[in-house]
Amino acid sequence: MTNSMMLKEAMGVQNWTYILVGITFAIYIGIAIWSRASSTKEFYVAGGGVSPLANGMATAADWMSAASFISMAGIISFAGYDGAVYLMGWTGGYVLLALLLAPYLRKFGKFTVPDFIGDRYYSKTARLVAVFCALLVSFTYVAGQMRGVGIVFSRFLEVDINTGVIIGMLIVLFYAVLGGMKGITYTQVAQYCILIFAFMVPAIFISIQMTGNPVPQFGFGSKLVDGSEMYLLDKLDGLSTELGFAEYTEGSKSIIDVFAITLALMVGTAGLPHVIVRFFTVKRVRDARKSAGIALLLIVLLYTAAPAVAVFARTNMIETVSNTPYSEVPQWFKKWEKTGLIAFTDKNKDGRIQYVADPSKNELVVDRDIMVLANPEIANLPSWVIALVAAGGLAAALSTAAGLLLVISAAVSHDLIKKIIKPSISEKSELIAARLSAIGAVCVAGYFGINPPGFVAAVVALAFGLAAASFFPAIILGIFYKRMNKEGAIAGMVVGITSMLLYMIKYKLGWLDVELPDKTEWWFGISPEGFGTVAMILNFMVSIGVMKFTAPPPENVQKIVEDIRIPSGAGEATH
Amino acid sequence: MTKTNAKAYWKENIKYVLILLLIWFLVSYGAGILFKDALNKIKIGGFKLGFWFAQQGAMYVFVILIFVYVRLMNKLDKKYGYDE
Repeated sequence: MTNSMMLKEAMGVQNWTYILVGITFAIYIGIAIWSRASSTKEFYVAGGGVSPLANGMATAADWMSAASFISMAGIISFAGYDGAVYLMGWTGGYVLLALLLAPYLRKFGKFTVPDFIGDRYYSKTARLVAVFCALLVSFTYVAGQMRGVGIVFSRFLEVDINTGVIIGMLIVLFYAVLGGMKGITYTQVAQYCILIFAFMVPAIFISIQMTGNPVPQFGFGSKLVDGSEMYLLDKLDGLSTELGFAEYTEGSKSIIDVFAITLALMVGTAGLPHVIVRFFTVKRVRDARKSAGIALLLIVLLYTAAPAVAVFARTNMIETVSNTPYSEVPQWFKKWEKTGLIAFTDKNKDGRIQYVADPSKNELVVDRDIMVLANPEIANLPSWVIALVAAGGLAAALSTAAGLLLVISAAVSHDLIKKIIKPSISEKSELIAARLSAIGAVCVAGYFGINPPGFVAAVVALAFGLAAASFFPAIILGIFYKRMNKEGAIAGMVVGITSMLLYMIKYKLGWLDVELPDKTEWWFGISPEGFGTVAMILNFMVSIGVMKFTAPPPENVQKIVEDIRIPSGAGEATH
Repeated sequence: MTKTNAKAYWKENIKYVLILLLIWFLVSYGAGILFKDALNKIKIGGFKLGFWFAQQGAMYVFVILIFVYVRLMNKLDKKYGYDE
C-alpha cells in the first residue's frame, strides 16, 4: 500500500467515526429532550410503566459495560477456557435475579435497594449500611466507565483522553440529569441496538472469512475454509501449545478458583443496585420476570459471540505476527504500536517477532483490549465497520455510567436526604436534590476518569465481590426468611463487606505488606476475585447466627414479607 | 382461606425455583466446571463438550430457564387467582 492510500484509508475511518459517533450522540440528546422527568417517580423509576421489552433492552445495555464490549473478548482470548468465569458469571446471575429477587422487589414497590433494606429491616442503621454499600459499589464501577469513554475517544478520534472523558461527562450529564431514569431508560434502549449491531457486524464478517459460517456462535466450532479440513479450535490448541501456552480449551486456573470466581460474579450481578433498580420500572410482577428473561436473551447474544471473537482474533493474531519479520508487519500493527497497546522488542536481534509463553524469550506485549478494538482492522474489514466499534464502545460505556449515576444520585437524594436527614422535604425539592446529586456524581466520576487512582482497574472487578458480600444475602434472607431481623442483617452486611474489603486490600492491593503476597497464600486457593463467594457465605452465617439470639422482627414487617410473596396488587412504586 | 391459598402458592413456587436452580447448577458448575474434563473427551463438531458448556451451552440454558419460570409462574398465578 502506498503512503497516500494509507492516508486515505485512515481518513476514511476517522470520518466514519465522526459521523457514526455524531449520529448516536444526537440520538441520545434527542431522547433526553423528549423524555424529561417531571416528578421524583419519573426520575427514580421512569414512572413505573416501562414495557418488559424496553426494560429488557435497557437492562442489557445498563449491564453491558465498556468492559463487556471492549475488554471481555480480549480477556477470553488470552485466558482460553478460564474466560468462562466471566461468561457464565455475568449471565448466570440473571437466573438468580429472575427467580429469587426481581419479582419480589418489584412487588415491594419502592425506589431503591437501600429502600428495601431500610424498610424490611425496620432500621435507619440498616438503610445507612446499604447506602454505604451502594455508593462504594457504584463509584468503583463508574470510574472505569468514564475512563473507557476517554479511551475510545482517544484511540479512534485521536483526541486527548481527558477531552474524551469530558465530552462523555457532558453527554451523560445532559440526559441523566434532565431525564433521570426515564431519560436513561430510553437512551439505553437505543444504546443496546447500537452496541449489539456494532459487536455483531465485525464478528459475523470474520466468522464468514475464517469458517464460512455466518453465525459466529457456530463458526468457532467449525472447520477452517483454508482447505486444511481442520477444526478452528484444534488449530488454535495446536498453535497455543507450539508457542508454549496452555492448550486454549483447557485453561490454567484451579477448579476451586474457577468455581469461586464464577459464583462471586453471578451472585454479585444479582446484587448490583443499578441492575436491580431496573426492575422497579415495570408495571407488574409478571413483567419483572419477563423482562429479566428478555434482558438475559439480549445479553447472551453478545456473550456467546464474544468467545467466538476471542478465538478468531487470537488465531488471526498469532498467524499474522508469529515469526513475521518486523519490517513486514501489517499497517494495523504500526498504528496500534503508536497507542502503546502493542509493543515489540527484538530480544534476539533476528528482526522477527517471537510471540511465545516464556517471558524471557517473548518479544511481543499485546494489550487485551486490542482484540476487539483492532479486530476489524486485523481482518481487513471496511472503514465503516471499524468506526462502528467506536460508536458501540461508547454506547456500552455511557449506558452503564448513566445507570450507575442514577443509583448514586437516588442513594443520596432519596435514601439519605428524604429518608434520613430531612423527611419533610417536598417532592419538588427532592427532585432538585436528585438532579444536583446526579451532577455531583458525574463530576466525581469524571474526576476519577481523568485522574484514575492506580487501584481503580483492580477494584472494578471486585465491585461484584462487594455486591455479593453485602446486598445479595440481605435481600435473599429478607424475602425467603421471615424470621430474619435487623440485628442479623446488619451484622451480616458489615461482616461480609469488611471481610471482602480486607481480603482485597491484602491480596489484591498489597497495602498490608511490603509487597503483594503470593497466590500460594490465598485462603483455600481462592483469588480476590473469587473471595466474594467466601464473604457471601460469611454474611449468611453471621446473619443467621445473630438472628437466633435476637428478637424476631415486628408483626407488621412479617406482614410485608407475606405480602411481597404474592404477585398481585403490585400497584405503583411509591415513597 | 386467603392465607392458606398464599401458603400453597408459595410452596409450589419454591418447588419450581429449587428444580430450576438445580438445573442452573448442573449446566454451569457441573458440566462447565466440575465435570469439564470428563465431558471434554466427547466432541461435538469442533467443540469439546465441557468447553462448549462453559462458553456456550450454560448460557443458552440460563435463558431457557428464565422463560420456563415465566411460563410456570404465569400459570401458577392464574391457578391461585393472583394474575392481573
